Amino acid sequence: MDDVIIIGCGVVGAACAYALSRYELNVTVLEAGSDIAAGTTKANSAIIHAGYDPVPGTDMAKMNLEGSNMAGDICRRLDVPYERVGSLVLAFDDADLQCLQTLLKRGQTNGVEGLKLLSGEETRAMEPNVSGQVLGALWAPTAAIINPWEYCLAMAETAVKNGVRLRRNCCVTGIRREQDGFLVTTTRGEFNAKYLINAAGVHADAVHELIGEKEFTICPSRGEYYLLDKCEGQRVRHVIFQCPGKEGKGILVSPTVHGNLIVGPTASPCAPEDVSNTAEGLRQVRERALKSVPTIAFRENIRNFAGVRAASDIPDFIVRESRSVPGFFQAAGICSPGLSAAPSIAKRLTELLARSGLELREKTEYDDSRRRLRFTRLSDGEKNNLIAKDPRFGRVICRCETITEGEIVACLHTPIPPYSINGVKRRVGAGMGRCQGGFCSPRVQEIIARELHMDPVDVMLEEEGSYILTGETKGGGKNGL
Amino acid sequence: MDYELIVIGGGPAGLAAAYAAWEKGLRRILILERDRELGGILNQCIHNGFGLHRFKEELTGPEYAGRYIEMLKATGVEAKTDTMVLQITQDKCVSFLNPVDGYRTVRAGAVILAMGCRERTRGAISIPGARCSGIFTAGTAQRFLNIEGYLVGKRVVILGSGDIGLIMARRMTLEGAKVLACVELMPYSGGLNRNIVQCLRDYDIPLYLSHTVTDIVGKQRLERVTISAVDADRRPIPGTEQSFDCDTLLLSVGLVPENELSRQMDVEMDRRTNGPVVYENMETGVEGVFACGNVVHVHDLVDFVSEESSRAGEAAARYILEGETAKEPLLTVENGSAVSYTVPQRIRPAGVDKNVKLFFRVNRVFGKAAIRVRAGETQIACFSREHMAPGEMESVTLPKTLLPRGGVLTVSVEEVEA
Repeated sequence: MDDVIIIGCGVVGAACAYALSRYELNVTVLEAGSDIAAGTTKANSAIIHAGYDPVPGTDMAKMNLEGSNMAGDICRRLDVPYERVGSLVLAFDDADLQCLQTLLKRGQTNGVEGLKLLSGEETRAMEPNVSGQVLGALWAPTAAIINPWEYCLAMAETAVKNGVRLRRNCCVTGIRREQDGFLVTTTRGEFNAKYLINAAGVHADAVHELIGEKEFTICPSRGEYYLLDKCEGQRVRHVIFQCPGKEGKGILVSPTVHGNLIVGPTASPCAPEDVSNTAEGLRQVRERALKSVPTIAFRENIRNFAGVRAASDIPDFIVRESRSVPGFFQAAGICSPGLSAAPSIAKRLTELLARSGLELREKTEYDDSRRRLRFTRLSDGEKNNLIAKDPRFGRVICRCETITEGEIVACLHTPIPPYSINGVKRRVGAGMGRCQGGFCSPRVQEIIARELHMDPVDVMLEEEGSYILTGETKGGGKNGL
Repeated sequence: MDYELIVIGGGPAGLAAAYAAWEKGLRRILILERDRELGGILNQCIHNGFGLHRFKEELTGPEYAGRYIEMLKATGVEAKTDTMVLQITQDKCVSFLNPVDGYRTVRAGAVILAMGCRERTRGAISIPGARCSGIFTAGTAQRFLNIEGYLVGKRVVILGSGDIGLIMARRMTLEGAKVLACVELMPYSGGLNRNIVQCLRDYDIPLYLSHTVTDIVGKQRLERVTISAVDADRRPIPGTEQSFDCDTLLLSVGLVPENELSRQMDVEMDRRTNGPVVYENMETGVEGVFACGNVVHVHDLVDFVSEESSRAGEAAARYILEGETAKEPLLTVENGSAVSYTVPQRIRPAGVDKNVKLFFRVNRVFGKAAIRVRAGETQIACFSREHMAPGEMESVTLPKTLLPRGGVLTVSVEEVEA
């Protein structure tokens, strides 16, 4: 019997696992997918928001601010790429200038530090490539860019290293109350726990209703993006927003921690897992982004993607105990700024669990650290020492991002190893660059198969069913001549 | 100086350049190749049709590469495989990485850039739809089949009629796959005519010209592709959609010269080719740095890559053995009507031996046509052709005596009344 079962291992589930792993508790995380961080967490704007946007007094406002303040420390401790580059909200007309005033006041009420209104000239001095039409901007120095999936992975890996169990490919199919807790049935067996946390993202309503009454409905909303090559990565130096409208925070233009330029998202209602791109959505992204930064070279695009916001019909995060099922805690409706708020959501749920009777005794031994070897960041001397010890660090597999075989092999032996091509991509960046895995994916597939003792044909792109190879050629493959 | 010449890339361009430099007398030559073997993409091109010009016989890709590798074995040219070049500086310090040497920097008297090209991806053309598995660039699929020995699918649609896509249509058919359609955005094929005939028509594979892929459906693996006809501005026409149930989409939508290293060292680039601006001897804007093959402009036949690269190798040898080449006076070569690029972009008449060969591509299909080369307003040469197409690289040879001492040369193509 576990103390706590967490359903879902996106950034919210991982943050909960990380928070609870400090205590003498039995915790299990159940993830339906073959990898963690593979839902909303992997496909978003990769921004830690400053916190001027949410309505004061809401959980969104409090948790955005607190989560954003916690993120920097967590990223330092767990070696997650994070840069406090600051953000600018641009104003193009009088209504926008009014909006900046509102955002400034909201931000000040929410406790955001360093907010400042800039003139058009001041804005262009900071960010020379923004449109000449810009009349002013709201500067928020505490906004940051982050690697969102590594943030999730780092927290989950640290949790696992400290005793939390993670089960992947483990989709929850039923929840029953038993005498002293819950019985959770899944596609991979049954689990028992005293308390449950629902961090199931776009499926949070369905998971809640496996045992509870309807209390909220998830209203998935898709956002489409462009990711441009590194030659466009310096186009802007800060996160460039437009004034929020009825469709959310609008189209942003931002550098990424990988050195690319991200542009998006749109907002349109969709099915829970529909991450397709549409011609119309992509057109909207281009058109609206060029309003902010007219010189973006979309011909340098290397990838389009879409993510689904797990918004609900309640205009705030739902971070509380289920009203119909005591002991079943919800982290639902976590749309933007959910990535920013994740550690704060976990903190609140931990407090609620304690109040509900869960005893929190800190572990005497706790390893709150993580280091990932990033070959390109090493000095020449360090590179050579490493290659002398393990020549695989001298073999570049991903040419675009300069990722070595040594790094790929290392990630296959971490606490939460990837089983798929995309899993390796999320962990080390192989295949993220301009050729999009054209050159390296056959090599990555070979390395995964070798290290994990799999048949190459069984290595998937992502989930079960996303096969890459259909068999061997005449006289080819592993039995080849 | 550690080497007289370092050649970046051991594909057809790098091999021919290194061999020519050796023949012309250089003795300390190093080839750096990122793959496990020399030969570049030729190694996965197991079909025939290579070498008709260069060796006067029909070879497969690996055989063609093999000829050069054998030729080089008889020389003292050094080659390091599994070696990734990470940086080249203007003073020709080359930093590379491999499992044996580690991270090392060596200095050369001359450098030849021969990194080849890469395929344009789905992202480059922003195809809407799902991001399921089963979508490959044609070259990646070719590597899986011909190097790794694995099949990538059973029911196939190919977007783009570039040569690799056409070759893969036949290759997948021969492995038992059903190729349902080859879909081309333009009103003409992007590949060689002989490949249209030998790879599509001979296997009854329909070619849809002026069509493109407008949707991709598949939860995990590709399930369906929708194509639409496009108008004159290449925009999809609503109502013309047709769908194919398939598990594989191959993309053959163009090649991009791989010039990240060139840009990093501030070599002047040509926006038309995405390659370095080169002089008549394949020297780039950085003295002593030469470039050849697909890193300069995408070629249609490897034979022409070898020829161009030999010139680069010979010029590098002259540069090392005889010193600096003449810089002035200078001729600039520009596009005239219907021409999409010209290589070389600059000519130093003093550096031309007997004649200079201009390479270019047309931007539409021509029947009987005239190629006119003008110096300013004056026509200095005219050549006639029976047929010209964007998929085929064209060239004209100008005798040195016709070259003006400076100014602008334009190459243009015009229809000729039959």
